[in-house]
Amino acid sequence: MPYMVQKTNRKEFKMKKFKGFIKKEFYHIFRDKRSLFILFGMPIAQILLFGYAVTNEINNVNIAIFDKANDAQSEKIIQNISASNYFNIEQIIYNEADIEKSFKKGKVKAVLVFEPKLAKKLTKDNKANIQVITDATEPNTATTIINYVSVILQKIQMNLNKDIKMPYQIKAQTRMLYNPELKSVFMFVPGVMTIILMLVSAMMTSISITREKEIGTMEILLVSPLKPFQVILGKVFPYIFLSIFNALVIVVIGYFVFRMPLEGSYFLLGLESVLFIVSALSLGVLISTISNTQQTAMMISLMGLLLPVILLSGFIFPIESMPRPLQIFSNIIPATWYIIILKGIMLKGVGIAYLWKETLVLIGMTIFFIALSIRNYKIRLE
Amino acid sequence: MKDQNIIQVKNLTKKYGDFFAVNEISFHVKKGEIFGFLGANGAGKTTAMKMLIGISKPTYGEATVAGFDVFKNPEKIKKNIGYMSQKFALYDDLTVNENIIFFGGIYGLKRKIIKHKTKELLSYLGIEELGKTLVGSLPLGVKQKLAFSIALIHEPKIVFLDEPTGGVDPITRRQFWEMIYEKAHQGTTIFVTTHYMDEAEYCDRVSIMVTGKIEALDTPKKLKEIYKVDSMNEVFLKLARGE
Amino acid sequence: MSIKTTNISKLFGKTEALKNISFNVKENELFGIIGPDGAGKTTLFRILTTLLFADKGTASVANFDVVKEYIDIRNHVGYMPGKFSLYQDLTIEENLEFFATIFGTTVKENYDLIKDIYVQIEPFKKRRAGALSGGMKQKLALCCALIHKPKVLFLDEPTTGVDAVSRQEFWQMLKKLQKKGITILVSTPYMDEAELCDRIALIDKGEILNIDTPQNIINKFDKQIYNVSAKKTYKLLTDLKDYQHNYSVFPFGEFIHYIDKRKDFNKSDLYNYLEKKGNENIIITKTKASVEDAFMDLMKT
Repeated sequence: MPYMVQKTNRKEFKMKKFKGFIKKEFYHIFRDKRSLFILFGMPIAQILLFGYAVTNEINNVNIAIFDKANDAQSEKIIQNISASNYFNIEQIIYNEADIEKSFKKGKVKAVLVFEPKLAKKLTKDNKANIQVITDATEPNTATTIINYVSVILQKIQMNLNKDIKMPYQIKAQTRMLYNPELKSVFMFVPGVMTIILMLVSAMMTSISITREKEIGTMEILLVSPLKPFQVILGKVFPYIFLSIFNALVIVVIGYFVFRMPLEGSYFLLGLESVLFIVSALSLGVLISTISNTQQTAMMISLMGLLLPVILLSGFIFPIESMPRPLQIFSNIIPATWYIIILKGIMLKGVGIAYLWKETLVLIGMTIFFIALSIRNYKIRLE
Repeated sequence: MKDQNIIQVKNLTKKYGDFFAVNEISFHVKKGEIFGFLGANGAGKTTAMKMLIGISKPTYGEATVAGFDVFKNPEKIKKNIGYMSQKFALYDDLTVNENIIFFGGIYGLKRKIIKHKTKELLSYLGIEELGKTLVGSLPLGVKQKLAFSIALIHEPKIVFLDEPTGGVDPITRRQFWEMIYEKAHQGTTIFVTTHYMDEAEYCDRVSIMVTGKIEALDTPKKLKEIYKVDSMNEVFLKLARGE
Repeated sequence: MSIKTTNISKLFGKTEALKNISFNVKENELFGIIGPDGAGKTTLFRILTTLLFADKGTASVANFDVVKEYIDIRNHVGYMPGKFSLYQDLTIEENLEFFATIFGTTVKENYDLIKDIYVQIEPFKKRRAGALSGGMKQKLALCCALIHKPKVLFLDEPTTGVDAVSRQEFWQMLKKLQKKGITILVSTPYMDEAELCDRIALIDKGEILNIDTPQNIINKFDKQIYNVSAKKTYKLLTDLKDYQHNYSVFPFGEFIHYIDKRKDFNKSDLYNYLEKKGNENIIITKTKASVEDAFMDLMKT
């Protein structure tokens, strides 16, 4: 019986089947201009776009000064601020009422109020306050301005500490660690990387599986001796490769073009990325089990995956400033955890000792998605 | 008598690169005629038909349809013809009435006329009670007959039918042809493609395309005489095989 | 028995796609499922190829149960779904090789089985499937379904939308495959193809109307059909329909098939009626029924 002969070198046949399947997948990918563009054009385009065009860095922002102190210290600070490229002192204010007026005119984005007797307080109490009032109709700009002012104040403080032995203190509310230059691109690289990996892994796989349903070849694959997990593995495997390749491209561009630091272990970065890719792929398979056309698969991927990744993962909008329900929701997005991990490795240079919790969450999610999509994958048509 | 020819085609050609999809075909269709347009898959039927209904520009040649030039007035042609294909006919997710209103609207029929036509059409098909039914839930046969009636709603002089009876059951298929006969009898010209060779026998005249050219054009009776066979099926097989 | 189905029923929502379908296909038989779109042909094929569960009834293919032993069936059948399901962006060669590898075989191993068909498309083997004509796609799809030497071959509407020449060639190929020992279940909406099968099941609206050899179905047709023709077909048709004794009137090729209600029908009665109505060149001759006549008659009752 030929069936028996097959059994003797079953393993060899299995490998051959698998190789044949993967070869076919690569033909599909390389012959479709659209998917080629999504796979290779988009990562580069996106990272350059986010790196150069979409930025929340600030330059020459108009501010006003209300100097109630009028002493040597306040003058020094004002000098420092106006010397930076970030701010342009548009107006000097002399009474409280004018603060609101200048905001309303829209001339300035922030007002710095120096408390009276700043220098004296500084020497006497080792403590002085500067009030930063910002126009919160643009919350992102407002936060950024506060951050920038803080950095400048910090520098002054450091100088003060250098000159005088007594540790003076100017109260700074925030400390800008790990990204002291506040380059927004450093925030975007991990975000863009997450988006691209999500897109390539989840959307492309779900589309490529539903395409087989649409053209009817899935029927033949189902009626073939291939087992369901072999079909899925065959469909998914090429995208693991392509996603890793994409991750590499993004890191390389970040590193060489934007001088993105890469403090931590490359090996850990690679492992965590593979983990995220696998979780995204299992999401893609899951989507393909619930949609019958490429169109639906794409809609679900875009609405159900990409939007939350962009809006809720902390990539653009800080999770801390979201309403509570959304904060909780952001926890169930794998991307949220991956971005934390990426930032940790790339910017902070921390190792698994600090990221084990996030990693575990991601592993748990991945296992859950894989289990769910295997359970949902039908060996029949309905 | 030239204006009796509702379709007039001379050396009509469509080239894709070096490939002649339609290679200098010439023919005419008389008013009120049922004209069968046959050919094997890939012989160029669909391409030729697309040029005639004004959605594909010929590479060269001449053609007038319903008195309008396919080069100069393709938009006028579209207004004056009806078209129905097997692949797309009606919107499944609209009701019968909504489909009629939509297609009537496309051809600029007034609301009042559409209302009147709807009534007339439903009673003609014997489906007065189905006006509010989704087209998707109608049996295929009823759907095809409805599609044909809607293709004629603006009373075009000529209607193009692209494999209108594919997959339809034999009784409905015949009812469909009875409708075609009736419309032709009332003066509408019918231009029809089909894979059912027995349907070719129903046509007044039949043309058979082979690799971009019209190889034969005559009444079914004459064609059978010329090729000394008993059925159009055999005529077709002989020609398409190049025997 | 190669295929055995007993009382198969299937519901989709409220519509009964299949109602109590029972039939058997013998080893090495060429069996046709004949019926229009929406008759339930594809649903039946999907149940037999283990892609769908039936709501009621049992079925076996190559002596394997379609529910319990579906894996065995998947190893032993070839299936060509309704739309020629090929990878449009792969070439002829690549498609064939792909299907060979997933069935754990090679093109070489079973080449003799597909040789006759493959040589016809081989000159274009570097061409992508998407750029092939309907007839060529159909041949390639058949090659792909045969590449693992299946015991039973399921062909769901292999000739739909394909021109008469390709259809004829296709049926010749099927006859040859049958000689090589393959059982073939084929569905078609074209009644004229019924006569090429060993046995057929006529199916409409989910029900089997009749199962027999095409010849028996024709022979058992107990009504006399007359070919009627006249100069103006449309006029003839309407006049025949108005004739009070008509049982059925159907255009049929160049003639109109007429059946009379009366046992003692006299040709000249009809001739006189038609002549009086103003028809010219009237011809009325006896003719034999075809499968299509039988099908229409079964649909009427």
